[in-house]
Amino acid sequence: MSRATNSFSRSAAAHAILIAYTIIALFPVFIIVINSFKSRNAIFRTPMAPPTAETFDLVGYRTVLAQGDFLQYFQNSFIVTVASLFFVLLFGAMAAFALSEYRFRGNKLMGLYLALGIMIPIRLGTVAILQLMVASGLVNTLAALILVYTAQGLPLAIFILAEFMSTVSDDLKNAGRIDGLSEYTIFFRLVLPLVRPAMATVAVFTMIPIWNDLWFPLILAPSEATKTITLGAQMFIGQYVTNWNAVLAALSLAILPVLILYLIFSRQLIRGITSGAVK
Amino acid sequence: MTATSANKRPFRWHIAIFLAPAVLVYTAIMIMPLFGTLQLALFRNVSQSQVFVGLDNFRTLFGDPNWSVNFWNALRNNVWFFIIHMLVQNPIGVVLAALLSSPKLRFSAFYRTAIFIPTILSFVIVGFAWKLILSPLWGVAPNLLDLIGLKSFFTPWLGKEEYALTTLGLISVWQFIGIPMMLIYAAMLSIPDEVIEAAECDGVTGMAQFWKIKLPLILPAIGIISILTFVGNFNAFDLIYSAQGALAGPNYSTDILGTFLYRAFFGFQLQVGDPNMGAAIATMMFLIILVGVCIYLFLIQTRLRRYQF
Repeated sequence: MSRATNSFSRSAAAHAILIAYTIIALFPVFIIVINSFKSRNAIFRTPMAPPTAETFDLVGYRTVLAQGDFLQYFQNSFIVTVASLFFVLLFGAMAAFALSEYRFRGNKLMGLYLALGIMIPIRLGTVAILQLMVASGLVNTLAALILVYTAQGLPLAIFILAEFMSTVSDDLKNAGRIDGLSEYTIFFRLVLPLVRPAMATVAVFTMIPIWNDLWFPLILAPSEATKTITLGAQMFIGQYVTNWNAVLAALSLAILPVLILYLIFSRQLIRGITSGAVK
Repeated sequence: MTATSANKRPFRWHIAIFLAPAVLVYTAIMIMPLFGTLQLALFRNVSQSQVFVGLDNFRTLFGDPNWSVNFWNALRNNVWFFIIHMLVQNPIGVVLAALLSSPKLRFSAFYRTAIFIPTILSFVIVGFAWKLILSPLWGVAPNLLDLIGLKSFFTPWLGKEEYALTTLGLISVWQFIGIPMMLIYAAMLSIPDEVIEAAECDGVTGMAQFWKIKLPLILPAIGIISILTFVGNFNAFDLIYSAQGALAGPNYSTDILGTFLYRAFFGFQLQVGDPNMGAAIATMMFLIILVGVCIYLFLIQTRLRRYQF
């Protein structure tokens, strides 16, 4: 009996701690979003209250949509993220297949060379990357960002995908070879579909840092036409720092798309982390 | 099978074709610029042309008070930033993961999802959101402290030299707590049930079980988190830039190597940008990260986990 009450009080304590931390994690997001829907007076007078019929006001959103070119920024971010993701997954899977499938001289060394980038951040090469982009005329283009993010995402993608590909059955591939399939067909038709779950994990891991990056857009593509949403929001908020309605609305607009995507993919992401991707 | 056929066939083109795109992009955009940057650190721009000056830029960085004071300040701040992460993030991560991994816990998927949310937000959002919340103009932080009777404790933390860096460190911990939590959680799930059952048979339960059985088994995960945090902290930039600007105010008290590099490289206000000095600072960051990674790989990781390829 005492054991039962003991375990009950222990699980109550566990819930109490977890709920407390969940509140700490969500409160800032919550307070920003609710206040973005309120009038200026209400923001300052009752910051903790949700918007009511009297205090509801969309003036912040109107300012943001009228002033900043957020649709353009959003589109830029979208193009950069999707294109980088495509190249990371395609090139990463191809290299991972070569490393895990074939025994050739320099295999281990090549693997180690490609893994270097997991630990050494690409940011340290920024000075020379900017020179390279200036020399090739890619400054202020989305292509510059796509190239950089592809290079940045490849090491981890190859590392994770190679581990998964080494688990694909050899019999299947050899059966394909006996049937006269080329190595390319084996890769694209047989192996790629089987590692799709791993690709999804890699996609989520690659996507978040790209979407959220501020450093490279700031340095390589700060022009109005190529600003990403992260940089656009940063600059907009910097300019409108005293207009609280606009700032809160801009923050909410930046939070919501990521939050919705996250809630859709969170199961995938969490399964990816806990299923040995980085174990 | 492929190994034997390798001897017969002269060259397997498909391997080269599979490897080529990744190796080319990675080499051209990542490895070459990295070495290019290390090389640039040895040059200086003299009347429109790059001249080899050996270690002169480093002499300036460490000898010229205009640079060295800022460099040591940034490095000191960066070390403190890292210490905050290690002291706050890891223990909280371990506690949350331990609670989440208890098998009979309900709603654990909800807690996991919710606690991970700050990690997916960008630094810009996090930096500004906290700046607003901690702002003395807006009553949120004082109001909250009032609820627990600590209103007199409130000061504008981000605006005071002595608190600003610690505050930003804690904000960063708030943002990234999801990663240690998840990795430690994964490590705890992978502890075999037999081990736990054996411990229970021997009467090792509760806290003793955690300290004696689980903690030693999750040490590899804590090792990985520590090195990820180290690398992340020593090239951090975005959060400080969003919350405090490139000058890392008040009075450079939140300046870390990333913001120092940005100012040196691009220039800010009166200071003119200098790519060569920027490269020298990036080289120092590279060396610091390299030392950290080597310590991890050769001293810690060799004892803890396999390396596979």
